[in-house]
Amino acid sequence: MDDAVPARAVRRSLDDVAFRTVSARASLRTRLRNLTSRRELLSSLITSDIRIKYKNSALGILWSMLTPALFLVIYYVVFSVFLQNGYPNFALYLFSGMVVWNMFQTALQSATGVIVYRAGLVKKVSFPREILALANVGASVVYFFIQIGVLVLYLLILGHAPQWDFLWILPFAFLALYFFTAALAILMSAITVYMRDMEHFIVIVLQLWFFMSPVVYSYEHSIAPQLHNHGLAWLYFMNPITLIMLTFQRVFYVATTVHSTIPPHGILHMLPTWPMSTYFYLNIGLVGVMIALFLFAEAVFGRLERNFESEL
Amino acid sequence: MTTVIDVEGISKKFKIHHGRHQSLKERMLHPKSGSTEIFSALSEISFKIDTNETVGLVGHNGSGKSTLLKCICGVLQPTSGQIRIRGSLAALLELGAGFQTELSGRDNVYLYGAMLGFSKKMIDGIFDDVVAFSEIEQFIDTQVKFYSSGMYVRLAFAVAVNVDPDILVVDEVLAVGDERFQAKCIDRIKTFQDEGRSILLVTHNADQVRSICDRAIVLENGIMIADGPTHDSLRIFREHLMDSATESDKSGMMSSINIDSVTTPNGSFDVRSGAGMHFDVNISSQTAYSGNFIMEIFTRGGLLISRSDAKGSPVNLVPGLNRVGIDLPQIPLLDGVYDVNVGIVDPHGSNVIAWREQAASIQVTYNGREGGVVEMGASIRQQ
Repeated sequence: MDDAVPARAVRRSLDDVAFRTVSARASLRTRLRNLTSRRELLSSLITSDIRIKYKNSALGILWSMLTPALFLVIYYVVFSVFLQNGYPNFALYLFSGMVVWNMFQTALQSATGVIVYRAGLVKKVSFPREILALANVGASVVYFFIQIGVLVLYLLILGHAPQWDFLWILPFAFLALYFFTAALAILMSAITVYMRDMEHFIVIVLQLWFFMSPVVYSYEHSIAPQLHNHGLAWLYFMNPITLIMLTFQRVFYVATTVHSTIPPHGILHMLPTWPMSTYFYLNIGLVGVMIALFLFAEAVFGRLERNFESEL
Repeated sequence: MTTVIDVEGISKKFKIHHGRHQSLKERMLHPKSGSTEIFSALSEISFKIDTNETVGLVGHNGSGKSTLLKCICGVLQPTSGQIRIRGSLAALLELGAGFQTELSGRDNVYLYGAMLGFSKKMIDGIFDDVVAFSEIEQFIDTQVKFYSSGMYVRLAFAVAVNVDPDILVVDEVLAVGDERFQAKCIDRIKTFQDEGRSILLVTHNADQVRSICDRAIVLENGIMIADGPTHDSLRIFREHLMDSATESDKSGMMSSINIDSVTTPNGSFDVRSGAGMHFDVNISSQTAYSGNFIMEIFTRGGLLISRSDAKGSPVNLVPGLNRVGIDLPQIPLLDGVYDVNVGIVDPHGSNVIAWREQAASIQVTYNGREGGVVEMGASIRQQ
């Protein structure tokens, strides 16, 4: 087995290599630089996350579509058939909100306990720990795009055109969604190390949050009239998911005002009738706020990380 | 010579929680319960390691050597001080800690490589070497959960040594695998030395340090008590081993036996090669004790030439002064100074009762033609 030893080039001189400080308290800038320099690790972790999740199941990654599809059917039956909400094309409305929600929920639920689960790794190998949480977010981004693919397929089958001139706003809405999800995932993964209850708590919070976001009902139709009367519309928009979801619904569901499918077929206001510029400015503003939140989460993680070893 | 690891005034304090509650409910109900104690694992450690150096980090269990290593590898953040590193570093802290048991060996090689900070392209380049070194060709696509522990460790070691690191950090891992694989690992470490890389080896196996390292750092209760040539550091390490063993022994037996001196009948420690020598070891004891006697002879370079014991006849110490004689009928050593260590161990050889490091140094003069350490008396001629 002597030929197993590879021929090596002459050792490079290290004189010109800059020192890197491994251990002193790192500034936010250093932390972000370390994070971006480990992109390869992030993509490796995302692939292995997805692989492990569906490794031994017969349907494999199909489950990432099947689960949301089943929920979609359930909500459709409950709200459209049983409760007779009268929204035309309700499946499409549900679908455009759920792609947003699914990404947020999947990422947050898996990231919350990830540092605790991977304690063995965290205590033995050096890498920016938040990458573990970001890998979960990354995996949910992959599922998100798979679901967007299915959504596009669904639009083609329906012969339903999206709002083409709004389409270019979607990347901004997605960025806002990404940074918001990543920020919360990083925060939650670190907090759970100190308070293990978070893992159970997050399930309830997400359930509540789901109904505070306009997925199974229309904000404009069900919530807006009551809130506007009290001047409380801003309260509903404190949930960043709302604006992101409205943007997705505006692009894919398109119609702002429709006729109810239930007699006497009255008029339903499904989505805000804002012009394109309003959607654009709101989303751009939201991206800014979410990036700030992400930086804040990074800084907090850096503080909490220092005592991980005595808690894990 | 370029400094690759620069440790500056590193301290690490741990908070130890006593009976603190981890769930929210319990914390709410008992906000003040439990106490927190600060434990200082490392205090003010500073040293530098250059290219081309192999440094051993020795200390007892709990001396802080693993904590220091984790700080150097960036797994732990020190409480104060900083560590600067130049070049790429591969750490063999716990082999296979980064493995995902659900994935195949192949996937794990890439994942582990990424964790050590190496790119996919680089792993592609060394993949065949890794597999060949680990000797698990036919199982490389099997899930790692079906591997034996030996295969697991071999694969992890193979990745770490094949990624071409500038600095290799090894923590006690040479104790794993079968003897043949261990030899292969030591071999690879020696190749690393020849290539001018830096190696930091953590162990409490003094023989391993002696055979591989040029320099050793000794930690004791989080304090660096020695940093210098392997030989000197190990002497300090051993002396401290005795001290702390003496303190920890409750029966008082160990502190009551002391090796006072080693003398020769004519007072001289100079000897001609091939001649014999006699040592008298003077031991003062406060109790009666029966145990085995050990003598070691080292070169100044730290090479163990011989370790001998009383060969089954115990040394019976009586209260008061005792004298043990050592007869060396013929010393076949070549020119040089040799150190003699003597000590008393219990009959099972598991505990050191008394020890004296460098109890005597003998000066051997030799005027023959042979080189090295021992005179073989070889005769070479054509037949």
